[in-house]
Amino acid sequence: MSRSVSQSSSRAMLELFRRDLKLAGRNKSEWLNPLLFFIFAAILFPLGIGPDSAILTQIAPGIIWVVALLAALLSLDSMFRSDYEDGSLEQVVLTPHPFSLLILTKISVHWLLTGVPLILLSPLLATFFHLDSGATFILMKTLLLGTPVLSLVGAIGSALTVGLRRGSMLLSLLVLPLYVPVLIFGANAVAASSAGLDIGGHLMIIASLLVLSITLAPLAAAAALRISIG
Amino acid sequence: MKLIEFLSMDGYYLYVWLSFGLAIVVMLALLNNPIKRKTQLLKQLGRKKKRGKRS
Amino acid sequence: MFKAITKLASLRNFYFFAGKLIPWFGWPTLILLLVGLYWGLVVAPPDYQQKDSYRIIFIHVPAAWMSLFIYMVMAFSAAASLIWKTKASEVFANSCAPIGAAFTFLALATGSLWGKPMWGTWWEWDARLTSELVLLFLYLGYIALQSAIEDRRTAARATAILAIVGVVNIPIIHFSVEWWFTLHQGPTVTKMGKASMDSSMLIPLLIMAVAFKTYFFTVALMRSRNEILERESHTKWVQEERERL
Repeated sequence: MSRSVSQSSSRAMLELFRRDLKLAGRNKSEWLNPLLFFIFAAILFPLGIGPDSAILTQIAPGIIWVVALLAALLSLDSMFRSDYEDGSLEQVVLTPHPFSLLILTKISVHWLLTGVPLILLSPLLATFFHLDSGATFILMKTLLLGTPVLSLVGAIGSALTVGLRRGSMLLSLLVLPLYVPVLIFGANAVAASSAGLDIGGHLMIIASLLVLSITLAPLAAAAALRISIG
Repeated sequence: MKLIEFLSMDGYYLYVWLSFGLAIVVMLALLNNPIKRKTQLLKQLGRKKKRGKRS
Repeated sequence: MFKAITKLASLRNFYFFAGKLIPWFGWPTLILLLVGLYWGLVVAPPDYQQKDSYRIIFIHVPAAWMSLFIYMVMAFSAAASLIWKTKASEVFANSCAPIGAAFTFLALATGSLWGKPMWGTWWEWDARLTSELVLLFLYLGYIALQSAIEDRRTAARATAILAIVGVVNIPIIHFSVEWWFTLHQGPTVTKMGKASMDSSMLIPLLIMAVAFKTYFFTVALMRSRNEILERESHTKWVQEERERL
């Protein structure tokens, strides 16, 4: 069923990678808007709760993680949509290269554009919430391991709803339950480390989620895309 | 055991009977739904056939 | 054996096979429910601490078990439909979702009703209730996806993928929620702990659990038959069936 990655397949993946990045450069708002949302949504919480430093520090990891999740959700709809609509997705299916690997390529571009900036912006948010540097570092580690999972798992939902006209709300409904484990381990690892506990195990678990999703999510997304294309 | 004692469930009657009542209502509704749907479907199919015959 | 299964997989054969099965699930359901309810409400003695309010577990626990069981059955059926391309399992998987969602809702509602007299609040973020809440959204997502896609075949295949992804995630979600709960509560406190149960309470619980299972199959088969009638409405055998009824 799976073909070995030949030379031409890796070249095809690289080409797809470059092409998607180039396209993203032309449609900056697709990935910039979620990032702006990320920052602003986080700012809403102190406004809603109050400036008490102690409270903010305590809720910071949870809030930053939830907001990261929501920002990822916002960006998911565009993962496959434009390719689906202009027919290029169908062409990719028809090529002899393993479809799931090409999907994996698209997912990595998505992560590069949404996950990585999130990780880089998190210290800014940590500052808003008076999170100390040690905790911020742990937060970034959890985001580094966790945001790829968000892109990978999100790709499945994106693939399932790409053919639907107003799919983005449904997409969120489908994907949010699947995000719960990453959220729990990501956010609570930061809290645990602030409490002085060793979080090697927590990071290990997030890493296993990452490994699991890298292996399975592209397959599921590929199957879902094939169904959506029909 | 007296009926009143039984019904009052040691004071917890609201919670116990709401729970069991909710369960029965939900299960009856779930059961009734396909029964109603079937008669609906058969009627629809009958209409379709009549329309087919006329054309 | 394989031939028998592929034969059964045809919608027409499954329709009649299901029709024969339904009374075999239906009547036991009624009997088991009556026995279980009587045993649980009347025969079983009141709990030492919770008095009579504990009786809610005779609905709550089996409902929670069903919410998971039905998802497994749904995912298994979905997988079968993808692997062997059997239409019958496709239809059956679709029939499972609303029933599963209903039991999940029931587990949550009865959990809440059990919790109020026990802890004083209508909701507690304990591990089981939280897991059930996430599970409810997994079901709702499945149902939403199913109704969003117009073509039935495409809808069935898409929801099949979702069901399989969901079933892989359920143990992960369950594990992470358990971990989250003990992290914030300490391992000694289990709010909805199943303290060692006396056999006088265990038996009605198990009776209700089996009753719910037979009930599920009864309703799922009934729903499947309706969907089959709809899908095959243009065929001759459906017309004959309609005339017969």
